[in-house]
Amino acid sequence: MISLAGRDILHSWGKFVFTGVGLGLLIGVTLVMAGVYRGMVDDGKALLDNSGADLWVVQRDTLGPYAESSSISDDLYRTVLAMPGVAEAANVTYLTMQVRQGETDVRAMVVGIMPGAAWGSPGWPSYLVEGRQITRGHYEAVADIASGFGLGDEITIRRNRYQVVGLTRRMVSSSGDPMVFIPLKDAQEAQFLKDNEAIWQNRRRTAANPAFNRPGQPDILDAVDASQASSTSVNAILVRLAPGGDAEAVAQAIRRWKRLTVHTRAEMEDILIGKLIATSSRQIGMFLAILSIVSAAIVAFIIYSLTMDKIREIAVLKLIGTRNRTIAGMILQQALALGTIGFAVGKITATFAAPYFPKYVLLLPMDAIAGFIAVMIICALASLIAIRMALKVDPAEAIGG
Amino acid sequence: MNITAMQRRKLALIAVIAVLGALLAYVALRSGPLAPIAVTTAKVESQSLRPALFGVGTIDAERTYRVGPTFAGRVRSLTVNVGDRVVAGQTIGEMDPVDLDDRMAAQASAMQGAEAAVREATARQAYAASEAGRYESLLAARATSEEVLAAKRQELVAAKAAAANARSNLERMRADLSGLQSQRGNLRLIAPASGIVTLREVEPGTVVAGGQTVIEIIDPASLWVDVRIDQVSSGGLRAGLPARVQLRSGDGKVLHGRVLRIEPRADPITEETLIKVVFDTLPTPLPPLGEFAEVTLDLAPIAKGPVVPNAAIRRMGDRIGVWKLDDGDPVFVPVELGKADLGGRVQVLKGLDDGDTIIVYSEQELGPNSNISVVDRIPGVTP
Repeated sequence: MISLAGRDILHSWGKFVFTGVGLGLLIGVTLVMAGVYRGMVDDGKALLDNSGADLWVVQRDTLGPYAESSSISDDLYRTVLAMPGVAEAANVTYLTMQVRQGETDVRAMVVGIMPGAAWGSPGWPSYLVEGRQITRGHYEAVADIASGFGLGDEITIRRNRYQVVGLTRRMVSSSGDPMVFIPLKDAQEAQFLKDNEAIWQNRRRTAANPAFNRPGQPDILDAVDASQASSTSVNAILVRLAPGGDAEAVAQAIRRWKRLTVHTRAEMEDILIGKLIATSSRQIGMFLAILSIVSAAIVAFIIYSLTMDKIREIAVLKLIGTRNRTIAGMILQQALALGTIGFAVGKITATFAAPYFPKYVLLLPMDAIAGFIAVMIICALASLIAIRMALKVDPAEAIGG
Repeated sequence: MNITAMQRRKLALIAVIAVLGALLAYVALRSGPLAPIAVTTAKVESQSLRPALFGVGTIDAERTYRVGPTFAGRVRSLTVNVGDRVVAGQTIGEMDPVDLDDRMAAQASAMQGAEAAVREATARQAYAASEAGRYESLLAARATSEEVLAAKRQELVAAKAAAANARSNLERMRADLSGLQSQRGNLRLIAPASGIVTLREVEPGTVVAGGQTVIEIIDPASLWVDVRIDQVSSGGLRAGLPARVQLRSGDGKVLHGRVLRIEPRADPITEETLIKVVFDTLPTPLPPLGEFAEVTLDLAPIAKGPVVPNAAIRRMGDRIGVWKLDDGDPVFVPVELGKADLGGRVQVLKGLDDGDTIIVYSEQELGPNSNISVVDRIPGVTP
């Protein structure tokens, strides 16, 4: 049997293919939008994965360290380490700031990690793409490749200059900012020690206070200045459980006996995805929904107008006695073929366009499959309207025209 | 003719569909979970490592002398300025005596009065003694009563006591005067050792408390670096280790020195071990005290053994290891690590042999079933 749909497509194949490409670009945009949404969620999860922690111990009653600020003493990790079920505990600081390199600056999340501790202790970048891990206790940095820094670059964070010794990938904050890892003691300084001007001003302020600057007791002023310029706080303690450890039980014990707030991985995901990026991801989700509806409407319209273009030919077919089933099959097959071409073009353009987006775009195969099914359903539904129009046409139109 | 045109169209359409299909297959296999993970590899080599420790610190002086008055008073003059060299015993300033001289004059006159009192008491004692002697002879001749003699003897004892009192009073006053005199002597601020003046805390006219620093002197020969080293990476630290010191102002210039001593008391809050590093030859000009310095301590080289870059070391659960290439497939091998150097090389004690191929860098985290492709450089890394 001769394929009516195939012959019709061959008859005007240029028009058909170009319509398919145009439709494909629209589907591509929709897929990219879905990728932007997935990327946003993935950024949040990447942050949790990269920390390598099972539990986050933070300041009491805070949702820190990512969603809220949290500050705890840096010697608390020793008491946490002594809790049963805890295999490793490491201090960590997070600070989102502009990192300067020469004339330019890059927005980055500066992470303070404990260098020299056991390899791959919580907070460390788990893999590198170039260079090496930090070995010195000061003034070395490992940067995410998205920051644009290269090996050997000198970057400035607050008061100190750091040499980039390693590069990593996909180490980002929940808002997609690249991470820069530096030794913990430097990070504590960066977070708590102010710039020189502020320090001088603070010293003058303290000196003007008669409570601190007593006549005959000049040592008090020095002591107060020293205590103001020292920092012994960190943002969180990352805890890795012993094999087979029960996260909730250990968290409960730390909450109860150490009087600190502890978040488990599930709670942290809830905080990051449910609270931190909730509105922006809903925004993107809303946009995605609108885009899907618009795409569906345009697909329906294209198929409808393609059918309307050949309404005379359909009338002729009916006139020569073609069965309705054959006509309906032709329109449906064409719609599905158009959808397939459109999906292929869309998937290809989305994949090639994704790396050029400034933020991470994650194209999941499941999303692509769901998209394909949705396109097929939309095409089939759209062809139903066209089929109804075609079947209603009066064969007399073929000669009446 | 018509048929060939139809065939041409068919061919063109098939070509377009074939291109689309090929691109789609490429996209499906080269992105997403099916895409291979780009990795770089390296061969494990036997090397000798030279581990080193790294710390930061500040320039300080071992011997710092803080000179000040022993009691509260006003500074009258200071003869040295910051940066001046002083020698031991040199007078570097003086305190204002205020009323000290007047008090000494008063004390001197009071002493003259006391001396007169001594003379008077001595005279009284001599007279009482002769009276007592005379009445004794009178009693012997039965010319007076015993009662009168007893009175005279009592007068003599009283006169002796009064004389002793006057003499000790005089002694006290003499001691007071000498106390004032030594106070007067202490008004001079004297350099206890040769060195350089680093601080002139107050200016003449200022009233200072007893013990407060007026002038600070350091011995430049005793300049050292007060270094802090993180305790987790301070293994192998001992006195006498050669040290390389880079001053913040030094523009990368390396000064040589050695570890003088490790402080027996570490800092428990910052978890740092404190050490003192002295220079082999003092830098000229002298760096300012408090200048920041980075110190690298070279440890003795360790014997040859398999060495891997620290970027190759990964974690799987609670095990530390590296990904080894076994017939092109990645296999996680747990390793036992030895010493590391500051250049990022780590010695492997157990788990790897020379010539093993291991994965150094990877585009993503690796898993046991990861599909890898070995490249020279991870995509996106600019050389």
